[in-house]
Amino acid sequence: MNWPLKKKTNGDGTSNGHIIEMLGITKVYNTGKIKVEALKGIELVVDKGEFVAVVGPSGSGKSTLLNLIGCLDTPTGGSYMIGGEAVAGLDRDALADVRNRRVGFVFQNFNLLPQLTALENVELPMLFGGVGRRERRRRAVEHLERVRLGDRVEHRPTELSGGQMQRVAIARALAMEPDIVLADEPTGNLDTGSGSDVMSLLSELWGQGRTLVVVTHDQTLAKRAGRIVEIRDGLVVTDRRAVA
Amino acid sequence: MTSFGSFLRQLGRDLWSQKLRTFLTAFGIIWGTVAVSLLLAFGNGLHRHMIKTTAGLGDRIVIAWTMRTSMIFEGLGKGRRMRMTEEDIEYLKAQVPLIAGISGEYSENLIARFGDRQRSVEVSGVSPAYGPMRNMVPAVGGRFIDQLDVGQRRRVVFVGNELAEDLFGTLDAVGETVMIHGSPFLVVGVLQPKEQDSSYSGRDHSKMIIPESTFRALTGQKYVNNFIYKAPTPDLNKALNEQVRVALSSRLRFHPDDDQAIQVWDTSEMFVFMDAFMLGFTVFLGIMGVLTLVVGGIGVSNIMNVVVEERTREIGIKIALGARGRAILGQFMLETMILTAVGGGVGLAISFAICSIFPTNLEEYVGLPNLSPGLALLTASVLGLVGLVAGYFPARDAARLDPVVAMKL
Ligand SMILES: Nc1ncnc2c1ncn2[C@@H]1O[C@H](COP(=O)(O)OP(=O)(O)O)[C@@H](O)[C@H]1O
Ligand SMILES: [Mg+2]
Repeated sequence: MNWPLKKKTNGDGTSNGHIIEMLGITKVYNTGKIKVEALKGIELVVDKGEFVAVVGPSGSGKSTLLNLIGCLDTPTGGSYMIGGEAVAGLDRDALADVRNRRVGFVFQNFNLLPQLTALENVELPMLFGGVGRRERRRRAVEHLERVRLGDRVEHRPTELSGGQMQRVAIARALAMEPDIVLADEPTGNLDTGSGSDVMSLLSELWGQGRTLVVVTHDQTLAKRAGRIVEIRDGLVVTDRRAVA
Repeated sequence: MTSFGSFLRQLGRDLWSQKLRTFLTAFGIIWGTVAVSLLLAFGNGLHRHMIKTTAGLGDRIVIAWTMRTSMIFEGLGKGRRMRMTEEDIEYLKAQVPLIAGISGEYSENLIARFGDRQRSVEVSGVSPAYGPMRNMVPAVGGRFIDQLDVGQRRRVVFVGNELAEDLFGTLDAVGETVMIHGSPFLVVGVLQPKEQDSSYSGRDHSKMIIPESTFRALTGQKYVNNFIYKAPTPDLNKALNEQVRVALSSRLRFHPDDDQAIQVWDTSEMFVFMDAFMLGFTVFLGIMGVLTLVVGGIGVSNIMNVVVEERTREIGIKIALGARGRAILGQFMLETMILTAVGGGVGLAISFAICSIFPTNLEEYVGLPNLSPGLALLTASVLGLVGLVAGYFPARDAARLDPVVAMKL
């Protein structure tokens, strides 16, 4: 039925290697009387394996952009291809599947479920992705070990520090082995120490070949990225690649 | 929600955080279930009781007797007394195919004597078909009058249960010999006790039944006092009554339109009335109960709305992580169904308990409430439907949440 949509380009299956391809993307928030034009025509192409830092003043549209990239929301105008697949016209379930399989999200405020243990939190995306119970558990433990929380699997978020919570969130983002990891100010709620831990973890991910898009105010983290995209008033104003 | 265990923990937390609401809702569901199931059970019990007592006279039979003509016919005046013999009964049996069973009945008050006890008893002479038609079931160890008894004009008697007790005391009546109108009769059966709320010529429990051939020989009586018959199904009784009248009018020579010559008492009419009454009664009780359940369902829906509202952030996160609408919908539907099922289970248990401790001495008046598995299933289905509807709307709202907005809460 929706077989053509499922023709998932496995990993690097995009013809041109572009994992994210945004052309003229606009986003208008329609809150009753006021219309807020958060994005005014974003052009952004990201290749597989890139590490992109998105910077810009508060309210410039960074979060909006990240939500669109992660299919949490749909653009008002423009065209968006993720891994070679057009997002426009996907229904709610198909978008849910894209979020589940292709995208891993890391939020500023962690967004862990407080009533679940670290392990259960990491298992959650796999539950929605239809991964079997045993496999789910095995992979969740493995990911928690990778973020150095092997000794905290049964802890609930309230029993963890901010840095630990964000590491659980990173393990959760990786649970379904997504192509793209998106992080919206991942160190924003952390002290400097935990912040740099989280930054190192994200850099490691990049080292393992994942595509990484991180919104940050943190100059140090931004400098680790291979590419810095600056947003102002809903438009890309500069797009610099570090000289290799 | 990684395992069923944590799902239940979550459900417990949700409900605990809404203690008053949960209590009121559970109370509503339990109350509704008790109301529906008990009302249906009482209705059912009453219906069965009414059928039992009404059927004591006979199972949808017609009782008929001859009277005087009221119309002039072929030169014959009106006011002639009509009489029927056993041959006329045989004639009807042969001529009217719709007759599923027929028996003449000859009755007279005769003296019955056993040892030193002597009673004046209403004795009826009948055919074997009389027994089942009049619901005269023999108690264990006995039998009703049969064809051989009639054919051989045997002196055998079937005795009403109270009369048997009166005459024979603690003695087993079957096999004893009793004197009727000066002749010895062998007791072949005693009536199994039954409820009977209407009668003609006395209650069955105090009567004696003997073969019609024997009765005629004993008393010299030629004409039947009345006769009873029935159609294969009660709805054919009306047509049958007509056929019987027409057949008899040519045989006994009265005007086919003369509705006085033969009188009929169609007992199926009592059943028709009773069935209609009970149907109306049951529908009324059912509607009351269902309304109560619906109110309970609104409570459930309300509580689920609050739960969804309180868990908006969690739902947003799940949707962001790739939960499909169906997963969210299913979760909340399941919670609702469990809530409803627990309330319904408690309610049904209470109803069963009430039915089982219902004082039996009230049976005579209202029958025994009977919560059959069918009724319990019916209640459970209504309950399930209520739960489904109650849960659907909050669950659907949850599944439709915008994850970005929901997560900000
Ligand atoms: N759900 C929303 N409804 C209405 N306006 C919104 C919504 N989300 C964001 N905005 C507006 O869009 C603009 C960009 O917001 P956002 O992407 O969150 O900026 P940033 O993340 O760069 O701080 C802001 O002006 C903000 O007020
Ligand atoms: Mg932001």
